[in-house]
Amino acid sequence: MTNTWQDIRNANVVIVMGGNAAEAHPCGFKWVIEAKIENGAKLIVVDPRFTRTASVADYYAPIRPGTDIAFLSGVMHYLLENDKIQHEYVRSYTNAGLIVREGYEFQDGLFSGYDEKRHGYDRSTWDYEYDEKGFAKSDDTWQNPRCVINLLKQHVSRYTPEMVSRICGTPQDKFLQICELFAGTAAPDKALTSLFALGWTQHTVGAQNIRAMAMVQLLLGNIGVAGGGMNALRGHSNIQGLTDVGLLSNQMPGYMNLPRDVETSFDEYMKTKLFKPLRDGQTSYWQNYRKFFVSFQKSIFGNAATAENNWAYDWLPKLDIPLYDIIKAFEMMNDGQMTGYICQGFNPLQAFPDRGKIRRGLSKLKFLVTMDPLDTETSRFWQDFGPQNPAKPSEIQTEVFQLPTTCFAEENGSLVNSARWLQWHWKAAEAPGIAKSDIWIMTGLFQRLRELYRKEGGAFPDPILNMVWNYTDPREPNPEELAKEMNGRALVDLTDATTGAVTKAGTLLDSFAQLRDDGTTASGCWIFTGSFTEKGNMMARRDATDPREQGIAPNWAWAWPANRRILYNRASADLNGKAWNPKKPVIEWNGTRWVGLDVPDYGPTVKPEDGVGPFIMNAEGMARLFARDMMAEGPFPEHYEPMESPADNVLHPTVSHNPVARVFDGDRNNFGKREDFPYVATTYRLTEHFHFWTKHALINAILQPEEFVEIGEVLAKEKGIAQGGWVKVSSKRGEVICKAYVTKRIKPLTVDGKPTHVIGVPLHWGFTGQARKGYGANTLTPSVGDANTQTPEFKAFLVNVEKTSAPVTA
Amino acid sequence: MAMTRREFIKFTGLGLTASSLGLLGFGAAGVAQAAAVRPFKLTHATETRNTCTYCSVACGILIYSMGDRAKNAVSNIIHIEGDPDHPVNRGTLCPKGSALLDIVHAPTRLKAPRYREPGSAEFKEVSWDFALDRIARLIKDDRDKHFQTTNANGTTVNRWTSVGMLAASASSSETAFLTWKVARSLGMVVFDNQARV
Repeated sequence: MTNTWQDIRNANVVIVMGGNAAEAHPCGFKWVIEAKIENGAKLIVVDPRFTRTASVADYYAPIRPGTDIAFLSGVMHYLLENDKIQHEYVRSYTNAGLIVREGYEFQDGLFSGYDEKRHGYDRSTWDYEYDEKGFAKSDDTWQNPRCVINLLKQHVSRYTPEMVSRICGTPQDKFLQICELFAGTAAPDKALTSLFALGWTQHTVGAQNIRAMAMVQLLLGNIGVAGGGMNALRGHSNIQGLTDVGLLSNQMPGYMNLPRDVETSFDEYMKTKLFKPLRDGQTSYWQNYRKFFVSFQKSIFGNAATAENNWAYDWLPKLDIPLYDIIKAFEMMNDGQMTGYICQGFNPLQAFPDRGKIRRGLSKLKFLVTMDPLDTETSRFWQDFGPQNPAKPSEIQTEVFQLPTTCFAEENGSLVNSARWLQWHWKAAEAPGIAKSDIWIMTGLFQRLRELYRKEGGAFPDPILNMVWNYTDPREPNPEELAKEMNGRALVDLTDATTGAVTKAGTLLDSFAQLRDDGTTASGCWIFTGSFTEKGNMMARRDATDPREQGIAPNWAWAWPANRRILYNRASADLNGKAWNPKKPVIEWNGTRWVGLDVPDYGPTVKPEDGVGPFIMNAEGMARLFARDMMAEGPFPEHYEPMESPADNVLHPTVSHNPVARVFDGDRNNFGKREDFPYVATTYRLTEHFHFWTKHALINAILQPEEFVEIGEVLAKEKGIAQGGWVKVSSKRGEVICKAYVTKRIKPLTVDGKPTHVIGVPLHWGFTGQARKGYGANTLTPSVGDANTQTPEFKAFLVNVEKTSAPVTA
Repeated sequence: MAMTRREFIKFTGLGLTASSLGLLGFGAAGVAQAAAVRPFKLTHATETRNTCTYCSVACGILIYSMGDRAKNAVSNIIHIEGDPDHPVNRGTLCPKGSALLDIVHAPTRLKAPRYREPGSAEFKEVSWDFALDRIARLIKDDRDKHFQTTNANGTTVNRWTSVGMLAASASSSETAFLTWKVARSLGMVVFDNQARV
């Protein structure tokens, strides 16, 4: 989230699209109701199903799964065509006026530079024109036809209301009503907030779905302001934290990148991370990358990281491919390229697409380790549970270790919520039996390995032997010590160049601005610097005071970065530093500095007239309507059909799907055709369940005890399916036999003139826990991922559905 | 009178057990009734602040456990409710959060390490030492065999691709950092979390 949960109350219009907050994030959704009641806000819901969020919406429009880009491009077309954009914001704070170089083009569904053989782009033409100083050329009058804004106008011109309706199945009048509501927030003092979740990410074009909405928000001037922003409602309690700390194949803590093979030395690595400003006088904050990186290496390798050994650069693993994500991992397992796999609090047999492929992959491992508070399906993949898990144990040679861990109630530590707040929690009881914390288990493994390498030697032991492990209890480090390690310390007495203030060696740092690139500071995660200082554990703060009741509560816990609650908040004020919305200012210029409710996302004393852009992390200082070479599919979003789709891409039938989607060759044969699988399916969560955990909890297992699919009345009648009757739902990958819930909530859509039925597939059931056994939605879903994030396409795929009789064992 | 929520609960609980109703003029019947009322259970409970383990709204919760954290006392969690002071959820919980007690005490909570031998149809309980010694051995043998120090061009790469790990989205950031250190010290690159699902 760019903003906070409570800040939603400041919105004039709320759009929930790509999520179902009322059911999946109920206690956060209350702020939408608050906005409706207290701020007169209008709620818009766009969703294939009439969800409980839709039931309290002012405007609801149905949409075919996987067509959000067409819808949002149609919105952009409407805003530009009817001149409903916030001009001053767009002109000064976005790259609308920058000039795109010759050679960039878009034709018949492809951007310039496509290489069909490798399903990828040469992105070199997706860039600006530069002057002799290396600064991007611009035309503030927007006369130049190659200005970003003009290329955008041209790009979205195809998305007329007729076209949107033809692709999305959304009736034109509903689409236009929503466009009008959006347009109202182009006024400088009005804000629209976008709330979304996996309904947008789990597509082959997931990242571009979100980009399309971000562009709408920029055109309307809604980023950085109270009641605005792009608000990703994250699904797991600390998935934000795990992303922040870089537990991803290609990531390091604080959004730094793991080195690649081509970066043969530290200097080579740094060359692509200099982030030279692309316009005169811009901040381009990532210029400090080297300070964050060196401080990180000092944190994990201590004295062993020196200037002479390039801060132990070579001790980090390097990547030969962009990343080894989960889809890739299971591809490798199936190819026999993996020996072992450790699943810490993660249940891939339930969570990842094409369950059959997951089971076959795990069966080829030599060993599998699971660490979990619960008895997961993954840890029992080898056991025969009938049709829900048809395994033959005698044929599976995998050694399996099922390690019991503590749960949330049995440990201290911090979790990062959707709004980037680091909140500390405390242990209430011991774990059952001899279950242990993840910290104790990981440490136990590490200490044993270190001992083995000391005794026996072996492959490149240096990083194992030199990893800093100076904890008070080296067998079970205290979470507070780990938090301090991430926060960072001065390693020598540091003197501030401007104020002369001295920070003593060993002192916990207050801010990442204190980090240095000469090895005199250490910090395990620079964006967390300030979370645990000499003043104490800032994450444990419990002062809920909220000045002006504006949803900031600056002294409750701690938010990264720098306790900033609204990202890009400089953009909440105009060029002179006055709030666009005088009733809800976030920060303003008082003549000498930026002051207000929040920590400025900007130099605190940088004068408005200096012309420094508000988007200080970007080298342009501006937000990007044109993404340059940052996205795999192209600098503008484009509508591509889901990998399995009931319709041709009417815009460019020869390039129907995302041309760079993440697909492995073996999986290409595993996509179904619309002749065999005529219905669109989409997965979702029920409000009574959390993924595959709550079926272990008695109350939740009672509330929603068994697997079902949701089928519209028209289709049910056509297929002779009764309410509560048994159905067989099948895809190219497998079949699920379960009950049908016949509903008014999903109505057939007219897509390109043809009726299209959508089936809802809740995802919660498996074969352990207290609920009845189920097949799991991932039995059906295709193994294909977004081109940028590799997120699997769970939200749009094809199935068939037939009436069947009750299974004998049910 | 300034009182924290906890003091208030204690106060009212004590009030009932001390039969103060009688003193307030309820008479003998009132005293008898008050004596028959069980003391409010949470009066004796230890309150711990925590965060709901499910979605990222991160609702504040109060966990009540029996046991006073004395050295030999074993705490047992008896009740979980929303934290009314929390600025986001303000005491409310959803159908999942309201049932947190049932996940803490789920019959399928794991209590001891278990091991399944190749080809076996069952798990057997093992000691932590057995499990961790064996896993460390398996990891080291494979790492020593498949670790790549250089690539075909002779560039130092120091990676290991034949063992991978998925990290837990409900674990703390502190656990995550320690996990990062361990995984990367081994050169592990097949490394991911639940951000996508």
